[in-house]
Amino acid sequence: MNILLDLFLTFAKIGLFTFGGGYAMISVIEDNCVEKKKWITHDDMMNITVIAESTPGPVAINCATFVGYKQKGVIGAIVATLGVVLPSFVIIFLIAKVLDNFLENKWIAAAFRGIKLAVGVLILDVALRMIKQLGKKPLPIILMTVSALAMMTINVLALQFSSIIIMLMCGAVGLIAYLIYGRKKDKVMDADCSYDITHGVESSVSATDAGEAGERK
Amino acid sequence: MIYLELLWGFLRVGLFSFGGAYAAIPLIRDVVLEYGWMEEEMVTYMIAVSESTPGPLMVNMATYVGAEKGGVLGALIATAAVALPAFIIIIAVTALMAKVMGNKYVQATLDGIKASVIGIILAVGAWLIINNLGLAPVISTSSAGAPQIGILSEAIDIRAIIVTAILAALYIGLNRFLKKKKKKTISPILLIVMAAAMGVVVYGVI
Repeated sequence: MNILLDLFLTFAKIGLFTFGGGYAMISVIEDNCVEKKKWITHDDMMNITVIAESTPGPVAINCATFVGYKQKGVIGAIVATLGVVLPSFVIIFLIAKVLDNFLENKWIAAAFRGIKLAVGVLILDVALRMIKQLGKKPLPIILMTVSALAMMTINVLALQFSSIIIMLMCGAVGLIAYLIYGRKKDKVMDADCSYDITHGVESSVSATDAGEAGERK
Repeated sequence: MIYLELLWGFLRVGLFSFGGAYAAIPLIRDVVLEYGWMEEEMVTYMIAVSESTPGPLMVNMATYVGAEKGGVLGALIATAAVALPAFIIIIAVTALMAKVMGNKYVQATLDGIKASVIGIILAVGAWLIINNLGLAPVISTSSAGAPQIGILSEAIDIRAIIVTAILAALYIGLNRFLKKKKKKTISPILLIVMAAAMGVVVYGVI
């Protein structure tokens, strides 16, 4: 199949079956673009999740643009983005203009209550799989745990505190830890450390690890 | 003019909504109320519709407001406006990515953000499930004036607990097993279809 058509149809399918916003969408995109089509790798997916979270705009648009661009440049990005937007555009347009009191229909409301339960499971599953990819390094695990606890506190107490601030603080901690411990190790490693973004997780082995290596010397 | 207002209003939403759709809801609310496009009550209904229909939340809300205020053209303009900033930024970031990602300082920062994003997704998922099941703690003030945290027993949704347990067993449990056996797993789309069917049975029929 023509790659542009394939991009459009795949993202239209993604757009049609993702309920509940960006996080639930990640699992659908991963299933289609990583597992089935192999357009991007798991690490790409992790990188685009991070980028999508730290840039403005809908996560779905961010992901569609990224995958489309990787496959076929700007035209691919346009096609994938149009694909992901089209189904919801048509559905919402109909609801806004034609179907009044759409949510008051008993059967539709019941189906959506069920879907909402699935969305919770999908998001939890994405998180669990990503935790597995984190590995056993202490620093990422600490940052992950602290972020989760902070976010839970924000939710329970209904605080007005943006999650982006937590992310930026963790980014700063990562950078500082690297500045303190990480660079010693690089001098040894530089020779065979030609960069490769698909190995982001491994190549920038966490700072604590580098610190341990230093002590052993 | 309404079209220009829609364009400018939703460009702002697209440009300042960091951290996904749930950050965008208050932003869209502000824009919609600022221009007087909808009444407060209508905004709440629109958010409910956008959350329960497929597709990105922000796009849904933009299409809804655009359609209400400016028909097909209004919907097109609002939707394009909310998507455009993300589209341009991602193309720029992707084009620069190989270069920027190679930088060790950027990489160290991104690793920190990455760990944090995972923690936040975990918390969002857990919180959504807790809410769905009616187990969310409620803070109330007791007669003595001391704040208390507790769960309202009448809010607990037994049906939701059963359906969620089944869905989780299928998707998180069974899928891991099927994957090990190299058999076909349950896709997220199939899970959503099954959940909708279970919802109809559990909340509609029973």
